[in-house]
Amino acid sequence: MSTKDQVIAILADQAFLDPSDVSIDSTLEQLGIDSMGVVESIFVIEEAFDISVPFNANQPGISGFDITSVASIVAGVERLRAEQA
Amino acid sequence: MKRVVITGAGTVNALGMNVPDTLYAMREGICGIVPLEFRDVERLTIQIGGQIKGFDAQNAFSRHQISLYDRFTQFALVAAAEAVAQSGLDFTEELADKSGVILGTAGGGISTSDDNYRAVYEEGKNRVHPFVVPKLMNNAAASHISMGYNLRGPSFTVSTACASSNHAMAQAFEMVRSGMAPVMIAGGSESMLCFGGIKAWEGLRVLSRDACRPFSANRNGMVQGEGAGIFVFEEYEGARARGADILCEISGYAMTSDASDIVMPSKEGAARAMARALADAQVNPNEVGYINAHGTGTMANDKTECAAVIDVFGTHAKRLMISSTKSMHGHLIGGTGAVELLACIMALRDGVIAPTIGYQEPDPDCALDVVPNHARDARVNVALSNAFAFGGMNAVIVLKALQA
Repeated sequence: MSTKDQVIAILADQAFLDPSDVSIDSTLEQLGIDSMGVVESIFVIEEAFDISVPFNANQPGISGFDITSVASIVAGVERLRAEQA
Repeated sequence: MKRVVITGAGTVNALGMNVPDTLYAMREGICGIVPLEFRDVERLTIQIGGQIKGFDAQNAFSRHQISLYDRFTQFALVAAAEAVAQSGLDFTEELADKSGVILGTAGGGISTSDDNYRAVYEEGKNRVHPFVVPKLMNNAAASHISMGYNLRGPSFTVSTACASSNHAMAQAFEMVRSGMAPVMIAGGSESMLCFGGIKAWEGLRVLSRDACRPFSANRNGMVQGEGAGIFVFEEYEGARARGADILCEISGYAMTSDASDIVMPSKEGAARAMARALADAQVNPNEVGYINAHGTGTMANDKTECAAVIDVFGTHAKRLMISSTKSMHGHLIGGTGAVELLACIMALRDGVIAPTIGYQEPDPDCALDVVPNHARDARVNVALSNAFAFGGMNAVIVLKALQA
């Protein structure tokens, strides 16, 4: 499974959606994932990819990990996997 | 109903080993947040906390006592000794028969749990010390204080996360006010600065890696602390009759629940707690000169708390002072309200308002007088202490300068 598909599967699970209903352009808000859901999704992503995601819930905008959309999360995970490989 | 006063105070925290040293640090705006030191700390992403350095348990307690006292109990006992000594109370048989202890803690003996889980899970040991249970139990600190002073009235421990000690003190106040107990020892204690304690908090991603900056636009989270604050609550007529030095009067409190979210604070829940506490104390909002804020330094708490203050106090919100001393001693979780009560006493008794240190950038969502960075001299007759816990459980206490 590609990184993109894996991230989509994780977010879909968090949002109680079928992965086919999660588009790459969706925002987490559109998926109905709240702040607690974000923190939990990042934990699942860290475990799945064995990476550390720099994310502070107090400063989501400047944490160095863009959570605005599914696409930005996929890009962030790909970057962290390359950096932390 | 009886009037209730505070006749003794004691503490151990990152700012000092006693009340005078702590108040000195609060006046000077000294930061007690330091690099953490304990086993496996290098495996944590959070490396700072309001850790008490130089606390000499070996000197304060016997080897047998240490085998029974988790660090949170040690802090509570040292703080209680200071408070009881200051009160000058002699717990006679009759007085001790009805007096008790109510303390708050969230983690209890969490470092005892941590050490022993490590022993059995990581090190594969099949045997633990026989006193693990009496050492880790949440009521251990309250029990040892009751035993130490022969207090045989109502004693128990309250656990409501960050509001634990305010709930404990509110309950103790109510017991003295109602006449159930002539004297109550009340406060809270916490010692969560161990690998497991901080690792659990890291998971929530609300801790700051560099500083606790309440109300500052660039705040990035809370910083944990540890320690205890313990007080002697006493019925006013009795205290006056024996010529006690009265620190201040407790005039009311309120407790509310948000009933909404397990971690996100609610403006309505906080506002209801403050408004009802003022009503219970029969205090007009305009009389409040100082609020010791919950002020954790998280985005969510600080803006919600400021909005709640504006709801309750209206135009007076801009005139009163509100500071968060967590910027100096860190967040003592279940013990935090007790240590923060010292800032309220300092405001009422000494006319010194403790600052919010680490303040760098104004936040339009926190546009109140947060006493940034430097203490201020001011006459204050009424002070509030706020505590708004995870789980949406709130407790606010109203203190007054003593007026005969």
